[in-house]
Amino acid sequence: MVAFTLKGAGYQVIEASDGVEALNIAKGQGVNLVITDVNMPKMDGIALIRELRALPAYKFTPLLMLTTESSAEKKQQGKAAGATGWIVKPFNPEQLVNTVKKVLG
Amino acid sequence: MTIDLSQFHQVFFEESFEGLGLMESGLLAMDPGTVDAEEINAIFRAAHSIKGGSGTFGFDRVASFTHLMETLLDEMRDGRRPVTAEALEVLLQSVDILGEMLRAAQDGQALDEERVAKQQQALETALQANPQKQDASDAASALTADGADINGWHIVFRPLPNLMRTGNDPLRIIRELAALGELEVRGDASLLPGFDQFDPEECYLSWDMRLHADVERGQITEIFDWVEDECDLAIMPLVASEHEVVAVPETVAEVSVDEGALSSLAQEQEERRSASDDRRQEERRKTAGRRSNDPARSATAAVSSSIRVGIDKIDNLINMVGELVITQSMLSMLGENFHPGQLDKLKDGLEQMARHTRELQESVMQVRMLPISFTFSRFPRLVHDLGRQLGKKIDLKLTGESTELDKTVIEKIGDPLVHLVRNSLDHGIETPQERLAAGKLETGTIELKAFHQGGSIVIEIRDDGRGLDAERLHRKALERGIVGVDEKLSTQQIYELIFQPGFSTAEQVSDVSGRGVGMDVVRRNILELGGSIEIDSEPGRGTGMLIRLPLTLAILDGQTIAVGGEVYIIPLISIIESIQVSPEMVNLVAGRGETFKLRDEYLPIIRMHEVFGIEGYRAHDLTDGLLVVVEGEGRRYGVLVDELIGQQQVVIKSLEANYEKVDGVSGATILGDGSVALILDIPGLIRLAARDVGLQLIKKTA
Repeated sequence: MVAFTLKGAGYQVIEASDGVEALNIAKGQGVNLVITDVNMPKMDGIALIRELRALPAYKFTPLLMLTTESSAEKKQQGKAAGATGWIVKPFNPEQLVNTVKKVLG
Repeated sequence: MTIDLSQFHQVFFEESFEGLGLMESGLLAMDPGTVDAEEINAIFRAAHSIKGGSGTFGFDRVASFTHLMETLLDEMRDGRRPVTAEALEVLLQSVDILGEMLRAAQDGQALDEERVAKQQQALETALQANPQKQDASDAASALTADGADINGWHIVFRPLPNLMRTGNDPLRIIRELAALGELEVRGDASLLPGFDQFDPEECYLSWDMRLHADVERGQITEIFDWVEDECDLAIMPLVASEHEVVAVPETVAEVSVDEGALSSLAQEQEERRSASDDRRQEERRKTAGRRSNDPARSATAAVSSSIRVGIDKIDNLINMVGELVITQSMLSMLGENFHPGQLDKLKDGLEQMARHTRELQESVMQVRMLPISFTFSRFPRLVHDLGRQLGKKIDLKLTGESTELDKTVIEKIGDPLVHLVRNSLDHGIETPQERLAAGKLETGTIELKAFHQGGSIVIEIRDDGRGLDAERLHRKALERGIVGVDEKLSTQQIYELIFQPGFSTAEQVSDVSGRGVGMDVVRRNILELGGSIEIDSEPGRGTGMLIRLPLTLAILDGQTIAVGGEVYIIPLISIIESIQVSPEMVNLVAGRGETFKLRDEYLPIIRMHEVFGIEGYRAHDLTDGLLVVVEGEGRRYGVLVDELIGQQQVVIKSLEANYEKVDGVSGATILGDGSVALILDIPGLIRLAARDVGLQLIKKTA
């Protein structure tokens, strides 16, 4: 749904089905923004953010995580791992596009 | 129709005392110079509800006093008044006075008017310290209340150096603010370092912005949502400029406030840059403070008459009772037309019943369990006050506050813990100068930990102070004649001497501790709770006190033993092992009585029948019976019994309440066959044996 919405808004989106795949894609080709779910197979979103943030190419890249409203703890963990911010689930497509627009300037 | 409000008094007082606890821990967690809106809000809310309640119930003195505190807090919250150490101290003292006022109102007793008046004066003085700000704030809040006259916000945004490392960009934030309306931005590059120190990945700039737009505060805070931990932020309402006639003094005042806020922010930023270590510590402290803010945990002394039980515990109980009822009805159905073929079914049913009964028992015990934070919550304040009084810098760390203990234990362990913490503060932690000279951090640390270990709860009090001085302790003990000149003691045994009555090593007796009446009382209290205390100290590195307590006082895991025709119960926690002795293990040592050798250690033997004068015992010779190796007061002994019967959980019935205190016995219980068995108090039994049958206490085998 994230990919669908963003593609509709004219962004180029690469999807990954788990954290490890996402990390490999990000290493292989530069991306301008990463949006990751927190719960993912193989490598969770927080670990992914930590790995990415440690890469020189992603030092300042916006890394956003999708969380539910209630998981303040996850937000904190994400921040500690180097996340730029979060998008709270559930969200509507308009909100998502707005956030992405803001972050990418 | 009038309603009798007095029926709600109890609730009001309970809530108010809880609120006071919250205010206290909140104030202690606050740092001068920082505006932590969440923290102040929590304190403010507590003050506000006390004010509201006391107004409703006609405690006008309390209400007007709280109002002053509330005003002060409100100004801090809006950033109109800097958070200074002095202001926090005044507020802390006011919390105390407020507590006194509430207690006086609760008991219907007279109030110490003079103290209250003095504190009220202090609050008023604090409020008047910045009179213009006061005016401005009143005017501003009046205008804010109207709503319509706010036409913007003054935002001071100081990113911490690491803000960009999270992928955030201050420009994005400013762009978003600009999207809300007309934005005046003033950058501040004064913190930009020289080229040699410049780190291109850090953010050195800060911004002072005025947003002229009719938006809610929430819309602005939302923009800063992602970076609230990576920046210092102040958001203040802008008063409309059209109100110039009214607003002249305000504008002046506002500028001065801003400077105050700015300079304190700037100062703080400087500190953070220079000492990142300190910052980490500070943050740890803050999170610790926040944890203790949890209202359920910070209730204060007002828990004596009632107990708050989590709904989940009650639900669990109801659930267990339900299960029991089902099993019972199944059994009675079975009983109505029973025939021998159903024997297995009956057995199953009984087994199920037994299991449910046990679970029900555990659930009921849970109701009496309270988190140890009830006791721990008083320590931040105590350490804060004593630290100031003694001129020592101390960081208090609390862990395991949610560990649950029996209510009675919680109530009784408070005083011993206070004593131990005071000791650590007074004798353990050195003065900042001494610490620096010894190459330690200036700030000492006291750790209070609670955790489960086996079937008991361990509370640990550890400081990183100077440690116990074994040599000095020994000298003192010799001087006082507590030990003989020819006695050889291990370091551990020397440490144990501090538990002897009348033993104090403080060079100078202070009013905090050091009268030498404490440690023996501390140990006695702990022993009375069925617990034990151990010392672990390292010179120059600090001292730890380990208190071991039973989970509950009402049920005990016991070993039933028989001597003669009598059955006794030895608490399992005191038993190390049980052995059959062979003749070559037994020794008669001159002056020490009977001992036996167990793995290179000679242990004294206590013959139960001698101590209690039991007739008809079987174990005339040591080899006829069994030796139960027990530990009491840090030493091991062998207790001679006829036989071991079995292990079981027993419900403790108080002897004191039903009869009188008996030496060597801690209580009684009713066994499965309906007979009564006494529960042995091992330390008491040892003392009794020492008195009556000449068991040697102090001497321990090498």
